[in-house]
Parts: sequence; structure tokens; C-alpha cells
Amino acid sequence: MSDHDYTPKSKVGKWFNDRLPLLTLANHLTDYPTPKNLNYWWTFGGILTFCLITQIVTGLTLAMHYIAHADMAFESVEHIMRDVNYGWLIRYIHANGASMFFLAVYIHIFRSLFYGSYKSPREIIWIIGIIIYLLMMAAAFMGYVLPWGQMSFWGATVITNLFSAIPLVGEGIVTWLWGGYSVDNPTLTRFFTLHYLIPFLILGLVVLHIWALHVPGNNNPVGIDIKKPSKDTVPFHPYIVIKDGFALLMFMIVFAFFVFYTPNILGHADNYIEADPLVTPAHIVPEWYLLPFYAILRSVPDKLLGVVAMLSAILILAALPWLDTSKIRSAVFRPLYKQFYWILVADVLILGYVGAMPAEGLYLLIARVATAYYFIHFLVILPVLGFKEKTIPVPLSITEPVLGGSVNFATAKNKESTIDK
Amino acid sequence: MKNFLKITSIIISLLVFSNNSVAAEKVEYLKTDWSFKGLFGKFDRGSLQRGYQVYTEVCASCHSMKYVSYRNLAEAGGPEFSKEQAKAIAASFEVVDGPNSDGEMFTRPGKLSDKFVMPYENVKAAQAANGGAYPPDMSVLVKARGGGVDYIYSLLQGYEDPPIGLTLDDGVHYNKYMYGNMIKMANPLSDGLVEYSDGTQASIEQMSKDVTTFLMWTAEPHLESRHKMGFKVIVYLFILTVLVYYSMKKIWSRIETEV
Repeated sequence: MSDHDYTPKSKVGKWFNDRLPLLTLANHLTDYPTPKNLNYWWTFGGILTFCLITQIVTGLTLAMHYIAHADMAFESVEHIMRDVNYGWLIRYIHANGASMFFLAVYIHIFRSLFYGSYKSPREIIWIIGIIIYLLMMAAAFMGYVLPWGQMSFWGATVITNLFSAIPLVGEGIVTWLWGGYSVDNPTLTRFFTLHYLIPFLILGLVVLHIWALHVPGNNNPVGIDIKKPSKDTVPFHPYIVIKDGFALLMFMIVFAFFVFYTPNILGHADNYIEADPLVTPAHIVPEWYLLPFYAILRSVPDKLLGVVAMLSAILILAALPWLDTSKIRSAVFRPLYKQFYWILVADVLILGYVGAMPAEGLYLLIARVATAYYFIHFLVILPVLGFKEKTIPVPLSITEPVLGGSVNFATAKNKESTIDK
Repeated sequence: MKNFLKITSIIISLLVFSNNSVAAEKVEYLKTDWSFKGLFGKFDRGSLQRGYQVYTEVCASCHSMKYVSYRNLAEAGGPEFSKEQAKAIAASFEVVDGPNSDGEMFTRPGKLSDKFVMPYENVKAAQAANGGAYPPDMSVLVKARGGGVDYIYSLLQGYEDPPIGLTLDDGVHYNKYMYGNMIKMANPLSDGLVEYSDGTQASIEQMSKDVTTFLMWTAEPHLESRHKMGFKVIVYLFILTVLVYYSMKKIWSRIETEV
């Protein structure tokens, strides 16, 4: 592709590369043509990879000291916090790392929603992403159970009980999940096993996610197809590598602040009380990143329908490439969609807030309205908008409007200034 | 870039704010100046040592502290008693050990490696001795309560006569900071209850502050090294970020796009 392509010089290197071209794969990764107008919202893919690796490395270390037993789990966590060398650091990185992971994944998802990255030809990338997100939620939920505090125990009880809403086989499934007739030691050991397994499934899916991305290449803030390689692209290395590195460092500063100065602010105090099956906490709340879905679950009066609504709220995202009928990808050129986009962001934040509040009175009413709006956005507004909306003319290339001469010059230039640099 | 920073900072502050508002109770807690708060927060050694005295003379008759060992008392970042002092403290407790070669359990003086001796043999015994209420283990108590140190500090000073019209059952006390205002623990502190060896006046307020500081340390024994390391890590990351920023500018200057 270019004159600085790496080719193995040594005999062994050549021999190996002829049989498995792993060494020349580096050429693809470094040359990978990337749109040069990507803004900082595009740096979260790299940040998420960092989060996954951090969770795996700290998780492995914790697993060396943690004891998955109902009578010893809580104590072993305190042992890690007190007596394992830098155990407190590793555990706080792991616990806050989960929150940071979700913070980054939400930004990543909402970036995709804004710039229409899920649209053709990137549907598979998007769907793999949704599966990763689902697995992340499963891993995070099971990880939260492991310290065997009060919220661990009761969170596990509430969430696993959701399966009892399934007609006929529900109760049987719950018993099967628990490995007994209540959340107990068998539940803890299987959750630990699965919590250990899922990150590696995620890792495999991340490879597929990136592979699928490298087929059509990145979307970009203008949302147009670009020629690759061309004036509109830069090679991944060094341009994107250094930019992602810079963004990652800023992210790490925020991360470090949580770990070193407010390590427990994102957790719940009750989880420092050892699990007690006889005492139910006043309010059972999941971790912040699950709150919007928890709010949707509780806003439906019927248990089964509530579970269906909660699952649909996530699965509906997988159908998004077909629900959004607009041919234009980027919200920059969709004045109406842009407004509905921000309403959706507000709606999800509101759902998160009411999810943390008791499900009664005004909170319940707000949760119901917000839940209804969430589904209306995807099922009504998006499909209709594609046909009704009058979009702004899209430039033909990323560089062209800047160089001038295009019919879209004025609009494009105007828009260019609003695109985040 | 500006937009990006604005939006992310809003999201993060929302996150922290909403988690805080959920945890916060309706009552305003009493405030005091905790030495361990802030970027460079450290424990006040004197306060920790006095706090240990309050714990061991007052609280320990009902509240266990099963994750803390006597050796911790002499470790850096804690009350930092001398090793001899800590040994003497440990030796003043009778520890059940065994079985010995005859298969018998025996008692011996405590050693540095022993965990704090528990006031009751088990939860049931603790409940039986306290009118059915289990005095919670104090090792991580500060982290296990929504209001943290401010809550514990206020609770210890929150005992009042119940409002007129409210009759309390036997063994139940009124405390304006307790969840639901009813607490099974009788007011544990009174002025001059302990005699501080360093001459500090043992007022209820002073004892509350000292023992709460001590509880903060037992919950977060590595708080000082965490703060110290955090500062170094953030300074390191900040310098690296600046360097990478200028490298990035330099690299991107080869093409006409802003970064």
C-alpha cells in the first residue's frame, strides 16, 4: 500500500509470515485509512478497548485473592482491601473501572446515534456492539454480586426473580439459575464463573466489531461515504493513534480522580454490609448504569410486561438500522432529528434519575411518560422523520467544501464550523 | 473540542450529583473539619489514638471489629502506636486459641497478629445481650452508611428527648439523625466519660470526632497512601497529557486539518 510497508527481514520472520501473515497484518492496521475529520467523540472506541483490558487485568489479579463462597466472599474482599499489597488499588480500579466502562460505552453509543453510524453498510458492527453491551450488563451485574454485600444479595434476588415472570416455566428457571430455592452459595459460585467467562467473550466480539469496522471503514461527522485512501483520509498511525492516546490520557485523569479520591461515590453504602437474607434494604437500587432500564421495568404495572418492556428497550436498538428510514447519516444535516436526538438524551437521563427514586407518586408518573417516549422515539418518530424531514444538502467530500467550488460550499462551510473539532 | 469537554463534564457531574442526592437523607448532618478530606487529606494521629481509646473503652463492649488486627495499630498511616505499645495493647486481651495437643481450647494473651477480640461469640449472643438488636461490626461501618463520617459524627450527638406525644418502647431511644429516629443503642457518650492521656478535654463533641476519625481509618486503612499516590498519578498523567498534546499538534501539522 505504501513504501514504508513492513516486511519481515529475518529468515524465521519470512518463514512464519508465509504460513501465518500476522506480521504483515500490522501494515493493514497502521495504514488503515481513517477520515481526517473525526472529532473527539470518535476516540471512545480506543478508550473502551483500554477499559476492557484494564478490567481483565485487574479482575485476574482480584480472582487470585477472592474466595467465591457465601461465608467467605465478604471477608476475602476486606482481606484484599487491607492485607493484599495494593489490593485496595486493584479493587478500586476494578470497581470504578466498571463505571468508567459504562460511561465510555454510553458516549460511544450516543455518538453512533448522533452521526448515524449504525446505518448501511455498518449494521453488523452496530449489532455486534449491542451484543457486547448486553454482555457488559450481564458481567457488571454478576460482578456486583461477588462482594456479597446487602445490595449484591438483594440485587441478585430482584434481577433473577424477573425470570419468574415467564409463564409456566418461570419458577423452574429461577430455581435453575439459583441452584437452589434462594440466592445462596451455588448462585455465587456460578456467577463468579460466568463473570470470569464473559469478558473473554466480549474480547472475541470486540475483535469481530473491529474487523467489521475495517470493511467499510469509519463513519465520520459529515456522514458521507469517502474514497479510501484519499485526501479525506489519514493513515491510522500516527495520526489517529496519537489522537486516541491524547483522549485516553484525559479519560485516565478522570478515572484516576474517582479511584484515588472518591472511590466509593458510585457504589452503594449498603454493599459494605455483609449479605443477610433476613434483612431487606429499604431501597434496592442497581448500579447507576442500569437505572434507565430499571425505571422502565418498574413503570409497567404488570411483572411480565415490565420485563418484556425492559428487554425490548435494549433489543429495539438492534432494529435501529431499519427503524431509521432517513438516507442521511449525520444529524448535522438533519435539523429535526437533531432536536429529537437531544430530547432522547434528556429522556434517558430522566429515566436514570427516576430509576434511583422510589417507584411511587410523581416519580412513577414521570417514569411512565419517559418510558412511553423512549419507545415512541424509536417506533414512531424515527420511521416517520425519514420521510418527512427536510434535510440540509450534504457536501460531496470532506475536503471539497473547504477548497470551494461546490454548490454546497456555503452550507458545508457553515456546518463545518459547528462540527466539533 | 470545547463542546466535547463541556458535554462530558456535564455528564460526569450529573452522574456524581445524582448518586449523591440519592444517598443523602433529608436531615442536615453536623459538620466538622475532617483532616482526612481533600487531595492531601491525612489522619490526625492524636485524634486516631484518642479515637482508639474511645472505641476500646466504650464501643468495644458491644461492637466487634473483626477485620482489624492489633498489628494495624502500629502500621504507617494509622494511629501509629509504637510496636511496643501495640504489643502491650494486644497482650491486654485474652484470646481463645487451640485446640492444643490435648484437644483442648485455651486462652492466652493477644499477639500483634490477632484480630480484634470480639465482645460476643456470635451474632445470636450479641442480639440476646442487646434486646434483639445486633450491634453492627464497626470495621467498615463508615462506608456502610449513606452519610459516612458526618452521619456517625451526628448520630453520636443526636440523642434528644422524644417529641411530645411520641412514646418509645422500652430499650428504644430517640435520635434525630437515626433513620426513622428510633435507635436501640442508648446514648453511649457523656462528657468526661473517658480520660484522655494527652490532656484533651473529653467532651461529647470531641469524643465523637475522635472515634469517627478512628472508624474512618478502620474502614479505609490505606487512605493516606491512596491520597499520596493519587496526587502523583494525576500529576504524572497531566504532564504526559500535555506532552502528548504537543506531539499530536506537531504530527497533525503535516496535514491541513485541525485537531
